[in-house]
Amino acid sequence: MTALPPFQSILDEHAAVVMGVLRGAVGRADAEDCFQETFLAALRAYPKLDNADNLRGWLLTIAHRKAIDHHRANGRRPLAVAQVPETGIEDPDPADNGIWTAVDALPPKQRAAVALRYGSDLPHAEIAAALGCSPEAARRSLHEGIKRLRKELA
Amino acid sequence: MKTSLDRLTERAAAEGLLDVAYANVDSPFGQLLLAATPRGLVRVNLPNYDPEETLEELAAKVSPRVLEAPAKFERARRELDLYFEGKLTEFDLPIDWQLTHGFRGKVQRAIKRIPYGQTRTYTEMARSAGNERAVRAAGTACGSNPIPIVVPCHRVLRSGGGLGGYGGGLPMKEELLRLEGVL
Repeated sequence: MTALPPFQSILDEHAAVVMGVLRGAVGRADAEDCFQETFLAALRAYPKLDNADNLRGWLLTIAHRKAIDHHRANGRRPLAVAQVPETGIEDPDPADNGIWTAVDALPPKQRAAVALRYGSDLPHAEIAAALGCSPEAARRSLHEGIKRLRKELA
Repeated sequence: MKTSLDRLTERAAAEGLLDVAYANVDSPFGQLLLAATPRGLVRVNLPNYDPEETLEELAAKVSPRVLEAPAKFERARRELDLYFEGKLTEFDLPIDWQLTHGFRGKVQRAIKRIPYGQTRTYTEMARSAGNERAVRAAGTACGSNPIPIVVPCHRVLRSGGGLGGYGGGLPMKEELLRLEGVL
């Protein structure tokens, strides 16, 4: 078991990724509220966390739940666990040569998977945590997305 | 991002989730790290010790809910500034003694009561903690003081008049004693 590091170091290390994922999930305007809720919930649960091996995955799972809460509270249709909202994932600084426009045009789940993988540089397990699906499903969405992009951009 | 993190820290404190707040504070000797619980100042890290290690130690011994919260230290910062300018002779800051226990705790509480500009010997500290013969243990208690400067272990010297030791290095001990007009 790894000792739990001071919470501030987790915040320093992962705040930007969590914010990026939330902007994609609920939009820029509401991401801040979800960000606060995510980290307060994390802080509440932190001392009882079993181990510190995958803190980012843990945070992204909480962020995903907060995004769902947000959508429910806003009276939109409840999201199925494996669904992502219709708003686009916004990459902070896309190296754009038409690729990100093509990414935007992907179906939501593929778009989210591609953006999290290549925009936020997350591994499959954490994409899965952020999307609330299995790593297998995340991998599949990513794969489908890339296949489609190849075809579009060929 | 910065304001967002500030807001998080404020909300955490308001909801009782800020178990350990900390801040870096400048001093003539380099950067000090101050840490406090809701009860009071719990740790002062001197410049020659790694602040990261101290934060990890606080996470393990007090609570992993450790957040940087400079706003919580305005008073401590002001008092320390005045102290280093020679304009403050007694700190008026609440102390959380939870990192110290037993005989060491007694010695450290006794150290807190040594007035500005005065010194005591390790033997005297052992006596005021209730065991005159535990001189070596009194020395260890000074050396393991979690809240140096505010708990003024620099005012404890060897019986023969020697300076003894100091966690922050002997030059710092000398400098503090000079500031207080002892040397």
